[in-house]
Amino acid sequence: MDHTPPPFFKRGPAPLVRFFFFASLSLALLVIDARFRYVEGLRSWLALAAYPLQRAATAPIDVAMRVGEYFSTQASLMGENERLRERAAANAQDAQRYRAAEAEAAELRRQIGAAERLPVQATPAEVLYLSRDPYAHKLFIDRGSVQGIRPGSPVTDETGVVGQVTRVHPLVSEVTLLTNPDQAIPVQVMRNGLRAVAFGGGNAGTLELRYMPANAEVRTGDQLVTSGIDGVYPAGLAVATVTSVERDIEHSFARVVCKPAAGIDRGRYVLVLTSDVLRPPRPDEVQAGKERRSDKSRRARVKERQADDSQ
Amino acid sequence: MIPSSSQILLPARMSTIIGSFAAALFLNFLPWRDLRLVPDFVALVLAFWCVRQPRLVGLGVAWTLGLLADAGNGVLLGQHALAYSLLAFLAVWLSRRILWFGPMLQSLHVALILLVAQTAVLFVRLAAGDPFPGWPMFVSPLLGAALWPVVTWLLLLPQRRRPSEQAI
Repeated sequence: MDHTPPPFFKRGPAPLVRFFFFASLSLALLVIDARFRYVEGLRSWLALAAYPLQRAATAPIDVAMRVGEYFSTQASLMGENERLRERAAANAQDAQRYRAAEAEAAELRRQIGAAERLPVQATPAEVLYLSRDPYAHKLFIDRGSVQGIRPGSPVTDETGVVGQVTRVHPLVSEVTLLTNPDQAIPVQVMRNGLRAVAFGGGNAGTLELRYMPANAEVRTGDQLVTSGIDGVYPAGLAVATVTSVERDIEHSFARVVCKPAAGIDRGRYVLVLTSDVLRPPRPDEVQAGKERRSDKSRRARVKERQADDSQ
Repeated sequence: MIPSSSQILLPARMSTIIGSFAAALFLNFLPWRDLRLVPDFVALVLAFWCVRQPRLVGLGVAWTLGLLADAGNGVLLGQHALAYSLLAFLAVWLSRRILWFGPMLQSLHVALILLVAQTAVLFVRLAAGDPFPGWPMFVSPLLGAALWPVVTWLLLLPQRRRPSEQAI
């Protein structure tokens, strides 16, 4: 005869035991995800499971906007139409001039033997939502690997660079914003061509130029554009405007704070840029075999670059 | 103050539980303006069911929901899973005690549970090398606790009997 209690009283292991089980499972996952990145497949499946809810959560805004459109008066529509027509005319002129300049630049590049620039393709995408984590500085867009988005592509809106695609799921993609402290973007001062690297400023919603010598020629109000030397961002996209430059005698670097040009936390629609840049392979990939650095995160690479620069 | 056990409730239906979790996830995915001032609805609903139905909703459900929240927000996998498991454990452990009190004192208990869960997230982020995000991050658990009486009222609606049924 067994003396186990009847199944009526069976409740499984005690809550404390279960808690330790699930806590250690979570900790193991955390370590695996943070150090080795083996669980991207699991993450993609979970993201796919959450997709219907994410999609549904944007619906109320769409409905509100549609209702707003329905009640917009004819006068305001006509005014908007007029403004848009004026802007379209101005844009058409700009576009013509741009095409001529592009042809001329391509001709010149061919003459001096520089690599030709390939045209950049832009995929429009809708912003689904911002990440809930106040540290994360990420947003999610409704285009994924099914629509041909690739990790690393720059993301812009109509006024400037928003960030970079850092993770691609089947139907959605994660975009790391420029304000993320781990995000770096190579920039150039439009006025004098001075090159620098802009880092995210975190929750303040600003960018910062680090490691600028105290006598660097940067002024408040300078426009910063992408320099294009990293092969990720196409050259000439608006990034930020310098808002303050502090030069302290005690530090050898100037503290340059900038405001992003794009509406990083406002816009509803963004463009994902994809371009195949013709450039020689990186030196460490040419050394066949031993140390391929493709698996390292961007942050590690940036740190290495800084260490190299300071030597 | 009326003890919450003064009414005999209908048994909780599985569809109510699943529907409430779906609604909470939906609310969390809405594009809020400042996320630090918005309560975590999933944590709140999870705490509710762990307190009310500790035999149906427990640590396993909490852990799965945590993984969904992690993947949906693009943060380290396991961060919310850990926090929600801790929350579910505390809620299951304290459920008998919490149900003894009225709505206001229940809210105080829930505030403590939500604060502990938020602190777990904070520790994970600090260990992962992020800077301290500032004190406003503790506003959201307190707001969540303030919503507790409303959530209780809403989620118990499907279990209430009609007044005609209550008369014996």
